Amino acid sequence: MALLEYEALSISLPGTARPVLDGIDLTVRAGEVVALVGESGSGKSVTARAALGLFPAGATVGGRVRVEGTDLVGADAAELRTVRTGTASMIFQDPRAGINPVRRIGDFLTEPLRLVHRWSRERANARALELLAAVGLPDPVRHLRQFPHELSGGMLQRVMIAGALTVEPRLLLCDEPTTALDVSTQAEIMAVLGRLQRERDLGLLLITHDIDLAAAACDRIYVMYAGRIVETATTAELFAAPRHPYTAGLLGSTPPLTAPEGPPARLIPIPGAPMGLLDSAPGCAFAARCRFAAPGLCDQSPPPLELHGTALVACHRADELVDAQPNTLMREDS
Amino acid sequence: MTTPGAPEARTLLQVSGLRKTYRSGASELVAVDDLSFTLTAGGALGIVGESGSGKTTTARMLIGLERPDAGQILVQGEPLAATVRGKAARLARAKAVQIVFQDPYLSLDGRISIGATLDGVLRLHGHRDPAARAARSRELLAQVGLGERESASLPRKLSGGQRQRAAIARALAVEPAVLVLDEAVSALDVSVQAQVLNLLTDIRRSTGIGLVFVSHDLAVVRYVCDEALVLYRGRTMEHRPVADLLNSPGHPYTQLLLASVPRPGWDPDSISSRRRELAGPR
Repeated sequence: MALLEYEALSISLPGTARPVLDGIDLTVRAGEVVALVGESGSGKSVTARAALGLFPAGATVGGRVRVEGTDLVGADAAELRTVRTGTASMIFQDPRAGINPVRRIGDFLTEPLRLVHRWSRERANARALELLAAVGLPDPVRHLRQFPHELSGGMLQRVMIAGALTVEPRLLLCDEPTTALDVSTQAEIMAVLGRLQRERDLGLLLITHDIDLAAAACDRIYVMYAGRIVETATTAELFAAPRHPYTAGLLGSTPPLTAPEGPPARLIPIPGAPMGLLDSAPGCAFAARCRFAAPGLCDQSPPPLELHGTALVACHRADELVDAQPNTLMREDS
Repeated sequence: MTTPGAPEARTLLQVSGLRKTYRSGASELVAVDDLSFTLTAGGALGIVGESGSGKTTTARMLIGLERPDAGQILVQGEPLAATVRGKAARLARAKAVQIVFQDPYLSLDGRISIGATLDGVLRLHGHRDPAARAARSRELLAQVGLGERESASLPRKLSGGQRQRAAIARALAVEPAVLVLDEAVSALDVSVQAQVLNLLTDIRRSTGIGLVFVSHDLAVVRYVCDEALVLYRGRTMEHRPVADLLNSPGHPYTQLLLASVPRPGWDPDSISSRRRELAGPR
């Protein structure tokens, strides 16, 4: 049984032209680190929140989201509570938005243990100290007494990680956990997350817009566009031979850090802008921006996610584009 | 500076010994300390650093939003006025240096269309003929890849990338000698960011404008700039050609920044200890 399993999850909101999520299939096994990569509005955060049974207000939800076998679509309050207070935890982009600024760090960390799990204050405090040390904060005893404004963003994000771990979850959902931080702080936070994930054998779903961060931290990557998964593969596979034109476009849009001498090769941007919720397309959502879009094919029906090599790809032309000539997608003049 | 036959690149911007401190009560924070650099026509300088490094303070001093405590800023040989009185002086300073911020909402008026914004800037800078202004407006928008539809739109009706292009067009309308970009592409999606980066490269080639590109993103700086200057706690750690800097970073802080950039085979575990070595008492 997978730790986290999405099966054809679809979410629609009234007054929009296309579903927010359209048939999401995604799996995270115990101890696995998986990334979900997409640009703003692609639906990646909605996907992550669904793993806690949090759906947008007024949404029509179809399909399944199972956490250790419990389906969260249509789950009752008790089932949701079990998942949220025992199995899965989430870390968000902005640590300051998720903590009460007038309560001490210690209150934030021990409250769920004392109120939900009925631990004594002493026992809860001991656990909080242990966790603050585990996330690498220098002075746990002092931090317990401090207020959020006394800590820097990077330190507070460590507190949030400690908070997510108080209930000993088996699944950690990280929604852009380092986006608001400096690069060297990002590296530290990712190091902490990586170490805790290995020590505790956590399943981890990393939501990010940064495909390089996903590659650095994860075993497998899902690429999302306009509410659909367009490609999933192992990290190595995805970078060596991106099979969906959107994945290739993302890689071609990212300036390389190191490159041969001389002026850097010109970036190959994806034309246009990501599709909003008020736009829809009868066929492939990416067709309007795709260099390979074929009239009469790509504008007819949404492409299904199919196996090509070891990757799953949703592209009508995946056969001819990649399987025949690997890497043509990355060349400008193809 | 120019010799006949072999014209040297014209110096656009000369910054020397720039210093800015902020005081709160008894404590004093040196935001920028002894910063010096030169920018030639068509040149692009990246200013790299993390939060608190002084890069935004530098950008604000370059456009006259902050007054330096010491040092001077020369734009095409003329000192950037510390205080401006009167319309002529204000216009002259606007023509010297323009800026594009991270969030284009700050530089575009939400109540008027992009076309009207450009028209206003052109009128202010002495373009009297409405037809000529309209033509120049169209030209500027075409330069950043926007058309009639965007020209008639309010800022909120545009996508993030389009808004940032409009902010660039607004800055270019003044025909400044130097364009400062303060994290101008950081908020954009990567596919859209690439469009704006290519646009900046093209504008630099075609107009000879000088760019000061303030960013935390080393890869983006490498793409846009010839030289990069690394700031750490207000001080210049390194200032070298950007390819050089990234291929063989000399200062431990540059090395740390470079090691922090995620990539396959990345070792984030080594960052914490290296960071602690750097951080002395502040």
